[in-house]
Amino acid sequence: MSQSYNRGLIEDFSRWREFEAGMWAWIFHKFTGWVLIGYLFTHIAVLSTAIPASGAETAVLQAGNDVYTQTIVSLEGLLLVRILEVGLLAVAVFHMLNGARLLLVDLGVGLESQDKSFYASLILTGAITVASVPTFIAGAF
Amino acid sequence: MAQRYSSFDKGGRMWLLQRVTAAFLLVVLAFHFFLLHFVHHADEVSFLMSAGRMETLSYYSLMVLFLLTATFHGVNGVYNALVNQGLTGTKRTVIKWTLVAASVVLVLQGIRTANAWAGIPLY
Repeated sequence: MSQSYNRGLIEDFSRWREFEAGMWAWIFHKFTGWVLIGYLFTHIAVLSTAIPASGAETAVLQAGNDVYTQTIVSLEGLLLVRILEVGLLAVAVFHMLNGARLLLVDLGVGLESQDKSFYASLILTGAITVASVPTFIAGAF
Repeated sequence: MAQRYSSFDKGGRMWLLQRVTAAFLLVVLAFHFFLLHFVHHADEVSFLMSAGRMETLSYYSLMVLFLLTATFHGVNGVYNALVNQGLTGTKRTVIKWTLVAASVVLVLQGIRTANAWAGIPLY
């Protein structure tokens, strides 16, 4: 039989010292989810510059002087954008790893090691993010 | 007896869809990041390269499906988070339909963009 479980108010942040792994996983999953949906709207807005660019002459497109290519190249030329992209990767990787963990929990797999799998998600996120820094920063200087 | 700690209605269609889209997104988001940051680098992006990929039907359809599932998963996630925080009544209805409208705009704009690359004259 299912029954509701009173987690207490997450907004009551003074309780943070009492939080266990599951609560942190819940908070990080919500936070990274908010960031990712916010990014999706921004991403489509930036990519939409392809609509006016599609009307450009072939020579302009080949030279990369269209509004889409120029927008992306300008953004990628900013060190701040590159750093934000590393942050986005970290957020996405954690959401994916913790999400995979949640799917397994929903399937009843690894119920006894939920804390360990959360810590593993955090460590793996850190490792993947650090390993990706050179690729994401390449050409920014 | 096993307890359920999830706030979702078990057996609900939205509950299942959130998980089915999650499984799909796990694979496609990893592919997207890998292709556009590790195979190609973000600062090498050009309209013609993006168009070259999007003119392939398999890539175009994968990206449209990616957009649809990501929008559903993200917006439904936001809605669930707000409901978890106690959103009820008229506010809940207003926010629900605002999120639906935002999703429709996002998907339409995304498809218009994909069409612009693919050379499909519907944008």
